[in-house]
Amino acid sequence: MDYLCTEHFDMKKLHIVLLVAIAAVIAVLVSMMGDLSTYETLASARQKEGKMVTVVTRLDKSVENPIQFDPAKNANLTSFHVVDSLGNKARVLYYFEKPMDMEKSDRMVLKGTMKGDVFEITRKDGILIKCPSKYKDDPKAAQNNLSQN
Amino acid sequence: MKYLGEHLLPGQLGQFFVVLSFVSSLVATISYFKASQAVLEEVSAGWKKLGRIAFAIDAASVLIIFSIIYYIISNHYFEYHYAWNHSDRSLDTGYLLSSIWEGQEGSFLLWTLWHGVLGIILIRTSGKWEAPVLTVVSLVQVILATMILGIHVFGLKIGSTPFLLTRQVFQDAPIFNQADYLTRIKDGNGLNQLLQNYWMVIHPPILFLGFASTLVPFAFAMAGLWKKNYGGWVKIALPWTLFSAGILGLGIMMGAKWAYESLNFGGYWAWDPVENASLVPWLIMVAGLHTMVVYNATGHSLRATNFFLIASFLLILYSTYLTRSGDLQDTSVHAFTDQGMSWQLRIFVLILVLPSLALFIRRYKNIPFIAKEENTYSREFWMFIGSLVLFLSAFFIIIFTSLPVINKIFNTNFTVGADVEFFYNRIQVFVAIVLGVLTAATQYLKYKDTSRKYFGKKILVPTIVALLISVAISAFGGVNYNQYGPGFLAAIHLAIFAGVYTVVANAGYISSGLKGKVRVAGASVAHVGFGMMMVGILLSSAKKEVLSVNKINPLNFGSESKEKGFENLTLFQGIRTDMGKYWATYEKDTSHDNGKIMYFHIAMESKDGREKFYLKPDLIKNTKGQQGFSNNPDSKHYWNRDVFSYISYADKMQEGADTARFKNNTVKAGDTIYYSSGYMVLDQVTLNPNDDRYHFKPTDTALMAHIQIRSVDGTKYVAKPVYYVRNNQSNYILDTVFSQGLAVGLSRVVDAQHVEISVKESSRLAPFVALKVLQFPFINLLWIGTILMVLGFAMSVGRRLNQAIR
Repeated sequence: MDYLCTEHFDMKKLHIVLLVAIAAVIAVLVSMMGDLSTYETLASARQKEGKMVTVVTRLDKSVENPIQFDPAKNANLTSFHVVDSLGNKARVLYYFEKPMDMEKSDRMVLKGTMKGDVFEITRKDGILIKCPSKYKDDPKAAQNNLSQN
Repeated sequence: MKYLGEHLLPGQLGQFFVVLSFVSSLVATISYFKASQAVLEEVSAGWKKLGRIAFAIDAASVLIIFSIIYYIISNHYFEYHYAWNHSDRSLDTGYLLSSIWEGQEGSFLLWTLWHGVLGIILIRTSGKWEAPVLTVVSLVQVILATMILGIHVFGLKIGSTPFLLTRQVFQDAPIFNQADYLTRIKDGNGLNQLLQNYWMVIHPPILFLGFASTLVPFAFAMAGLWKKNYGGWVKIALPWTLFSAGILGLGIMMGAKWAYESLNFGGYWAWDPVENASLVPWLIMVAGLHTMVVYNATGHSLRATNFFLIASFLLILYSTYLTRSGDLQDTSVHAFTDQGMSWQLRIFVLILVLPSLALFIRRYKNIPFIAKEENTYSREFWMFIGSLVLFLSAFFIIIFTSLPVINKIFNTNFTVGADVEFFYNRIQVFVAIVLGVLTAATQYLKYKDTSRKYFGKKILVPTIVALLISVAISAFGGVNYNQYGPGFLAAIHLAIFAGVYTVVANAGYISSGLKGKVRVAGASVAHVGFGMMMVGILLSSAKKEVLSVNKINPLNFGSESKEKGFENLTLFQGIRTDMGKYWATYEKDTSHDNGKIMYFHIAMESKDGREKFYLKPDLIKNTKGQQGFSNNPDSKHYWNRDVFSYISYADKMQEGADTARFKNNTVKAGDTIYYSSGYMVLDQVTLNPNDDRYHFKPTDTALMAHIQIRSVDGTKYVAKPVYYVRNNQSNYILDTVFSQGLAVGLSRVVDAQHVEISVKESSRLAPFVALKVLQFPFINLLWIGTILMVLGFAMSVGRRLNQAIR
């Protein structure tokens, strides 16, 4: 009888631990989900002015000199023009040095806030640049390069 | 057309062995399966023999394929696309190897190669478990072999072979209309500059050995479920699990060290999906390792053990999918892009995930368990809790790393916000607290039951010592990271205590619990290392500091100005610049490797004059076909901190001549000249100046203009250009205002009243760099802790191997 009692008691203990764990998981998940951001277009980001959003863009090559960075004067500001897949455009202020391979990027994921017509990025990792990987996306350039090396 | 000078034999041989490895691994799988299922001993032995031969052929084929690729790359046979795309003539041996694993095919091969090595060891050591375990290993080899098969079946491309010819890849390129096209391909595309680092020679092989090693515990668990011998394998699989956790941990941390030494995000861990994808299986492997030990000692936790070991391997597969399918391209810096093999990767994952989970679920009820659950004063109870916490920690990481996949499936568009690090850190800091305290205290508990008095007596001293040390760190260590409020700061202080507690209690346990018997102290050593890593991570992150704060150019950003735009300091060559507690001077730059690498010599002098050292961050010209540069950090290591620096920009990065031109202005004293960011006024012109700068004699003919310059931000400068005549030749000496990018000259005397002032605006007047300098305190604790942890794992492997053999 005594044995059965302890067994019963101990079973409950581990079950309580598991229940607590599950409750903790749900609580943490819900709170983390609440902090997620969503992908926006530049247009919908404008409507959420001041809210942290993520936009997928590329350099706006229709602008002359789309990237402005003058490190001799101020190495802590890069200003550039982007366009999203729907053709919305914006100027971006990035308060850090220009990422090394920005000019040749074909895709930029930006995390920041829209302020008026300007998209502002205040974290260094608020910009993720994707470059066409070594000719995979541009077989023509690769062909040209074949004989130039 | 018959092409000249091609070396086709290595490729044909290579492709033969690619196919052979596929076929032989298939034969091995079937043979070992038959051997496992056979009832009669001699039938089983026959199949087993065949399985061994087939597996050995597979392992040898992979080794040969690997050698052939190396042969092709090191001989610069650019008729092969792999050599052309991933290497060039300038690379030496180590980087030629890195070229192999720069591509997907090569990294798959590396993985298979390790499977082959581990499989051979298993054949020799796993005894009666050989047949079922090797069935699983061989099956994984079959699937991996399809990844490099590169054949077309019904118009579907299966795998991508490393032996494709360049002319097969670019079929329409006009260069291939010439029979002697090879003479025109002078060099390959080269290896990505960031991978030309010694860590990249050694990190991938270790990491892939870590990946490969997770297969072994998985295979044992599967074999146990399959043959309904549920716990019989745990003892012999334990050294393998320890090995796997040790090597995978080492591989991950080598990646962290590489990131710290050669990338410029200013740290060793960024919660990048690619990093997370290998951390998660490691966490779960460590959980499984602890439940295995529990099972060996008490018979508890066998179900959990099965679950953890299976999950760890399946998550390795899943992370392979994540990093190679291209799904992560918007969230990760270094994921591979899609090579059109996503479908195959999906099948690869599902073909192993579904059956193994199905088998686990079907057998779950039959896995023995002890009805009497653990006592709370027992070691196994808290070890299980710890494993559970490790698993939950991994769970949170993988859920949010998988958002791109979740978005794809549910058609949602969630992403982690801008502050990725805090998103993960605020959860993981609590995981660290719980794990730290558990790791510290649990060793002092005995299996099954511990007398309260014994436990209280033993734990008292380490607890007090740890409290004293961590309170001292908290009080005097200057840990005041309040960026995220007092709650997070409090959690950091608690975690520091937990880390210190782990170190102290486990070091204490070696002497008080194990009576100094180092031979059996593997676990304690690993735990001490783990605790040191925790403290190192906490201190180096919470006390990380930007040294290169730009005070000269404070931009007016209003209320948030403190957080914006200050991390880079512009240094003009030769000008000593204020950098907080240092004076920084960009003295010179030197170039190496025919200008491929430029080192910038930055002299750092503390203002109190007590230390002087050089930082030499460099810029590396990117490999062919990609313009621009990569920046490579340099650190000054002290025992208690690192001063870490990299070049954000250097005027040397601009190519071509300076195109800015002088503009001439005819002015008289008092006139104003405007330039893009201010104006200047000609004060006066003096004859034959003789001051600290110029020493003209009254007999010379020299004029000096005094020009006051005011920039838009209100700063005043003075320029004193000089015009003089010597030997009937007129000359002039320019004056420059570097920070305004101005060159000013007195170029001509127009008449008695007027002179001509020439002004040039250019960012290239003076060599300069934009430099970022960060300080990481106590980062060495992280590296030393890593070494200790791996050493602890190695000691445990040795000890458990002895037990398994006995």
